[in-house]
Amino acid sequence: MSILTVKNLTKQFGGLVANSNIDMEVQKGSITAVIGPNGAGKTTFFNMVTGVYQPTSGEILLNNESIVGLKPHQVTKKGIARTFQNIRLFGAITVLENVMVGMHNHLHGGLFSTILNLPRVRKEEKEARREAYRLLEYVGLESFYNEEASSLPYGAQRKLEIARALATKPKVLLLDEPAAGMNPKETSELTKLIYNMREELDLTIVLIEHDMKLVMEISEHIVVLDHGEKIAEGTPDDIRNNEKVIEAYLGKGAATTAS
Amino acid sequence: MKNLLYAIQQNKRLQAIIVGLYIVVTFFSLYLAQKSVVAFLLLLSSLLLLYFTTFSNRVKWLIGGVVMVVLLPLAASQGEAYQSYMEVATLVGIYIAMALGLNIVVGMAGLLDLGFVAFFALGAYTYGIFATGQANNFMPFGHYPLSGESFWVFIFIGCFVAALFGILLGVPVLRVKGDYLAIVTLGFGEIIRIIFNNLDKPVNITNGAMGLASVQPPRLFGIDFMYPNQFYYIVLVILVTVIFAVRRLEFSKIGRAWKAVRENEIAAQAMGIHLVKTKLMAFAVGASFSGMMGVVFAAKQTFVDPTSFTLLESITILVMVILGGMGSVPGVILGAALVTILNLQVLTELTNWLNQLSLNGVINVPDALSPAKMQRFIFGVILILFALYRPQGLLPAKNPVFDEKDLKDADKLINAGVQKEATQHVHLDS
Ligand SMILES: Nc1ncnc2c1ncn2[C@@H]1O[C@H](COP(=O)(O)OP(=O)(O)O)[C@@H](O)[C@H]1O
Ligand SMILES: [Mg+2]
Repeated sequence: MSILTVKNLTKQFGGLVANSNIDMEVQKGSITAVIGPNGAGKTTFFNMVTGVYQPTSGEILLNNESIVGLKPHQVTKKGIARTFQNIRLFGAITVLENVMVGMHNHLHGGLFSTILNLPRVRKEEKEARREAYRLLEYVGLESFYNEEASSLPYGAQRKLEIARALATKPKVLLLDEPAAGMNPKETSELTKLIYNMREELDLTIVLIEHDMKLVMEISEHIVVLDHGEKIAEGTPDDIRNNEKVIEAYLGKGAATTAS
Repeated sequence: MKNLLYAIQQNKRLQAIIVGLYIVVTFFSLYLAQKSVVAFLLLLSSLLLLYFTTFSNRVKWLIGGVVMVVLLPLAASQGEAYQSYMEVATLVGIYIAMALGLNIVVGMAGLLDLGFVAFFALGAYTYGIFATGQANNFMPFGHYPLSGESFWVFIFIGCFVAALFGILLGVPVLRVKGDYLAIVTLGFGEIIRIIFNNLDKPVNITNGAMGLASVQPPRLFGIDFMYPNQFYYIVLVILVTVIFAVRRLEFSKIGRAWKAVRENEIAAQAMGIHLVKTKLMAFAVGASFSGMMGVVFAAKQTFVDPTSFTLLESITILVMVILGGMGSVPGVILGAALVTILNLQVLTELTNWLNQLSLNGVINVPDALSPAKMQRFIFGVILILFALYRPQGLLPAKNPVFDEKDLKDADKLINAGVQKEATQHVHLDS
């Protein structure tokens, strides 16, 4: 069953066509990768799905319901969460609070109940702290919980973005180059984490990634973009051997080394 | 020196002795040396000392409460300078509340507002118009001035009106960002002042540049509040409420949303935060503190006119926030106290002293260089120095420190506990 369906999606920036007539189906519970050279339009695609950009034309359906025209926070409420290629943490607040911000829509404390410090607000906050800590444990960052987010090492920041996105309780999680800047050990941990998340959290994952080892290892379906157009899609094996993809992106030899 | 500080930090009894001694000594110096502004300021600084102790919050509030409610007024009450001390303390309180309001907007939500005094003006005029005969000019019903008993209701009305205007201002203004926001809010501040200045025709609502005179003093149980030592207590109560409110908001869902918006708007939205709603809330809450204090200000001065609400006032409040530390509640309190005292006490005292000197022919300071007139210059210097050398302010904002025990999964612990109990029962039974 397709949870996220994109039809004829196009985005133009002035004369530049960043996405051109993209069609895509993301199966529920799958891990789908979007790959392609820099400037291919991958991030733009994510930005349209999450409401950061409005498509020039085309449809985006989440569970057969159109989400085009929704504001980013509304898209989040519908159950799509994301991380950012250029890390966008809340740098000056603690790691734990970063995750708690992700729970925003699941907390109900209003202005007056907060000022009056009502028992139910206190209870809710306490539970939120616990839940946030649990998520940090899940991604392996619990030892940093009291630290300022900006002080984390790069790889940890990327993981924190994932924990924060998970806090919104998404159905679909979009990861924009989650392994960028990670060393091989961190990347392999991340690969495991992504795989586990899908298994354990009832998630559908779409990821943009340049690390072909990671992509080939965990994705069931791969979509390749080049110059804003979808040039191929299929299983990792299909993609590895696709002439067009090799020419545009993977380069010769990718079919054998896949890295 | 470092070792000594460390030793003191470890020893609560030592801290108690130091703070206690300090309070007693400054209390008696103020009590005996009535004219000494220094003694007054030193007694006031006991709060700062208290802040740095490691006592629990409750103890800090308790001691601080005793100093503010009993000791300070009592020590100051012995001489003719009493009312002037209380006047300073009252104004300090008013400015602290406003600075805390602006701190929400600028410090927490990261929205630079250069017209913040407008909300103070709105509060002041709200009470001023209805607590003088002015309202007779346009109100179809009722007799004005309203009695001083209405003051207490007006604190809430002032709060509400300011919050409402905070939202009304916010809706168009929040479309712009960064520098543009600063410019638009600056314009808003000036427009409000100019409106108050000109709203004497066609219908005379604000009495224009003449201002509103003889505002009714607040009244409670038949007692009129006329003197600074009485207003001092009104301000103290509002201020404590404001501090509690700010503290609770700061570490709540709402406060986190403000900070998230400040740190990264796009990520904040991606976390499900409604950008406009969150910013409007910051504007409204921040403005409401100023509105309340505006009402108090009008009643205290018994006179309201547009000259009290100039751009310089907005800048002054901003300086308080920057000096103390953006986003830091203790910092902003300190910043507001320092700037107000600098303005009211230090600069005037210096001016008087220099005047004395020139009267006696010792030196001749031209009038244009008198310290009281150098306010803007001094603010400018403060801003530049802090921007360069200490952008986080005197007492930088601190993040909450969470307790790991509080965070560990409760279910597991409870389950473990239950299991333990169960095994114990088994033992008992057998
Ligand atoms: N906001 C924007 N305004 C103008 N051009 C943009 C904008 N965002 C992306 N682009 C352009 O769209 C193209 C695709 O960018 P992007 O989606 O970031 O590529 P990728 O993520 O695949 O590297 C690039 O040429 C980029 O310069
Ligand atoms: Mg990209």
